[in-house]
Amino acid sequence: MFSDETIVRTLLQKVLSHSQADQTEVVYLGTESALTRFANNGIHQNVAESNHELRVRAVLGKRVGVATTNRLDEESLRRVTEQALEIARLQPENPEFHSLPEPQPIVPAAGYSDRTAQFSPEERAQRVGIIVRLARERGLEAAGAFSTNASQVAVASSLGIYAYEPRTDSECHAVVMADERGSGYTQRMSTDASALDFEAMAREAVEKAQRSRNPIDIPLGEYQVVLETYAVGDMLQNLIFMGLSATAVQEERSFMNGQFGKQLLDPRVTIYDDGHDPAGLPRTFDYEGMPKQRIVMFDHGIANAVVYDSFTAAREGKSNTGHALPAPNSFGPIPTNTMMEAGDASMEELLKGVERGLYVTRFHYTNTVHPVKTLFTGMTRDGTFLIERGELTSPVKNLRFTQSILEALGDVQAIGRERVQCSDYLTTVAPALRIGRFNFTGITGS
Amino acid sequence: MRDVANRALNIAQQLGASYVDVRLMEHTAEGIEVKNGRVEGVSGGASAGFNVRVIVNGAWGFASSARVDVAEAERVAAYAVQIARASALVTGEPVQLSPLTPQRGYYSTPMERDPFTVPLNKKVQLLLDADAAMRSVQGVAITSGEMEYSREHKIFISSEGSDIEQELFDTGAAISASAVDPSSSEIQTRSYPNSFGRQAGTIGYEFIEAMDLVNHGARIGEEAVKLLTAKQCPSGLKTIILDGPQVALQVHESCGHPIELDRVLGMEAGFVGKSFLTIDKLNSNYRYGSDIVNLTADATIPGALGTFGWDDEGVPAQRTAIVTNGIFTGYLMSRDTAPMLGLSSNGCVRADGWNRLPMIRMTNVSLEPGAWTLADLIADTDDGIFMSINKSWSIDDRRLNFQFGVEMAYEIKNGKLGEVLKNATYTGITPQFWGSCDAICNRDEWTVWGTPNCGKGEPMQVMRTGHGAAPARFRNVQVGLGNW
Repeated sequence: MFSDETIVRTLLQKVLSHSQADQTEVVYLGTESALTRFANNGIHQNVAESNHELRVRAVLGKRVGVATTNRLDEESLRRVTEQALEIARLQPENPEFHSLPEPQPIVPAAGYSDRTAQFSPEERAQRVGIIVRLARERGLEAAGAFSTNASQVAVASSLGIYAYEPRTDSECHAVVMADERGSGYTQRMSTDASALDFEAMAREAVEKAQRSRNPIDIPLGEYQVVLETYAVGDMLQNLIFMGLSATAVQEERSFMNGQFGKQLLDPRVTIYDDGHDPAGLPRTFDYEGMPKQRIVMFDHGIANAVVYDSFTAAREGKSNTGHALPAPNSFGPIPTNTMMEAGDASMEELLKGVERGLYVTRFHYTNTVHPVKTLFTGMTRDGTFLIERGELTSPVKNLRFTQSILEALGDVQAIGRERVQCSDYLTTVAPALRIGRFNFTGITGS
Repeated sequence: MRDVANRALNIAQQLGASYVDVRLMEHTAEGIEVKNGRVEGVSGGASAGFNVRVIVNGAWGFASSARVDVAEAERVAAYAVQIARASALVTGEPVQLSPLTPQRGYYSTPMERDPFTVPLNKKVQLLLDADAAMRSVQGVAITSGEMEYSREHKIFISSEGSDIEQELFDTGAAISASAVDPSSSEIQTRSYPNSFGRQAGTIGYEFIEAMDLVNHGARIGEEAVKLLTAKQCPSGLKTIILDGPQVALQVHESCGHPIELDRVLGMEAGFVGKSFLTIDKLNSNYRYGSDIVNLTADATIPGALGTFGWDDEGVPAQRTAIVTNGIFTGYLMSRDTAPMLGLSSNGCVRADGWNRLPMIRMTNVSLEPGAWTLADLIADTDDGIFMSINKSWSIDDRRLNFQFGVEMAYEIKNGKLGEVLKNATYTGITPQFWGSCDAICNRDEWTVWGTPNCGKGEPMQVMRTGHGAAPARFRNVQVGLGNW
């Protein structure tokens, strides 16, 4: 990472001035990241990285080439610029390519914390120690990771785009294990690492682990469920991959095809993507330097929109929503700040509505079974409980589920008032949900 | 370059590190993607840097940087030591390393044709021709092809006196065709030679030429279209025969991951989980599979994706028996986990780049071949289902309960392949499933399948692993999920 924006801007301008292409785009990503990992109540992996990358996209007519480097000396800058052009020159035209995007105004957001950028290895160890200490005191075992990252992202193009944003993020998650089958979980994220409440995180995971001891078997089948925020966030991530990109719609392989304007989900469910919403990590522009628009994908359950980048927008004559990934990519645009609107139910109220059902803390290793039918599978993990007459009674052994996400979100009975930001491959912000039926299809191995 | 590495090593030792290793790495890659008859993207990239790994006060520290110069070497070495001292604030048992004779030498991937020397337009045209072959089939809606090849040059030195240089190449490609029917919310895909990424090996461009992608284009296009209107796979307890790529995936998920000793010891518990193959099962005659199941981890198989000269701790590539005649016999180990079992590392540690911590990774974890031909195996099956190439996978956090889906299946009736089936899935519990294996095809049917996208660790690392596999038969397997 560089000490200030001026150096980054000068670097990008230097690349643009070297380029002989018809159009040129350059993306800079600088990172200073650190991650402290713990297991068996001790730190066992503790790493730091200082890196930077330049991505140059060169356009020759309708030919596009991309080259990347993490060397920033003068010779490497010239070489990567020439390489991008050479790659463009050696390939056939893409008749659907029109142009790199034109500049648009970007509304800034507060996505940087100097405190996070300055977090030291000793501070990370001290925070991790809070979780480990409580686990040890209760005779439990903790494992997890705490990361702090600072980055600079900048995009410039020969069409006049210049976007720059310093960003920070911090994330901690922990699994606390009471025995071979009983465990609890916590995860929190923030732009500001000092805002993370490690005492509360430790209590959440430890108390759930203690309640999870000696889980019972239950028959497979459909159950009414209360899904905690972590499970709902995982479900949202799967839904995104299955078809909330314009590319999936244009290739007619999305569950949204032919459904726009129709009531697909329960009217209480609104799902949107918003890079400015402070509930998430602010990201104000995409990897083409386009401002991220707030896109409501499901508006009170009605299928409303998907997200676009410059290529998919031009192909369909739609507005670019600012959701491009780094070029080239075959996935297309993707929502990266997806959130579900909160409801008004407390956790007690979510549970109260269940005569006999299951409470699921989180999912493990979810994967698509059929994308158009939004069918996914996975296991429950780190706190699955039987709900009887509105109260958690026995812990339950982990179960495999196979379930349509659209059907689950179409059967929402109540939405929690608290939301939690979770991160796996994507970052999502989600409330807990009570859902009428969820299909459990397999038992734990032994 | 070596002066940077040596300086980092010296500084870390001066600051109190009892063990230091330094890796200098440069990774160069090119990727080509075509989609629906056009070039989706062509990219080339290079990433270079170094890392310093230290033990101080019995705890690990690791720091890395893209800036390769002596001043940065001093900063990064000092930072690694600071991080290790911070680790020691919340530490468990002090780290011990298994013994290693200082290693010196050079290894380079053997190959006939460096993929970087093949003209780019020729490689692009190959994928476009394969794409055209798929699109020649009426009803094919989405086509794609990809090719990727990379070169990794790395230097490893350690405070124990090892000094190793390696140049590793890998090359891979694949194509896929999808047919779509929006009116029935149906999509069906066929891939060749494998799905999700590509078939890849540590080998040159001759590997891609041998795939003959163009001549397989129309076939997979026709299969995708045929699947669109195929019968749904029935549910129930069935005999199944898995093809080689699906057996490879089964080995990867239900054998490769649970034998990683760091996972067994709880080091991955905060992320992907633990393993059912706990240490009490080693040397205690634990039955992992039937008598005919033999699994090995072998980093010396020529051309396989998990092949190298030394691992990223400087331990020589080697072969380990994992399951012998159905009995569990060995783990994948590192220098800091093997001593916990009174053993030495068997060379299974790798990092996916200069900025990542080396950790236990699969090398080439393979199911050793059996005695059958595929034709004889099908002929020997009265009532079953043949399943081909993975399209969905999920397994629990101890690697016991799995559920996999495949692209295409066939009924087997009276020893013959019958009707095509779509949306076939099967589920099971790992040792029971491998215990039900009653036939494995022979070496003529055996291929090392490359998995170029194995995720593990935090920060996430994507590793290249290999899995030798031949078609195999399993009895009484739960198949299908009903109609959907």
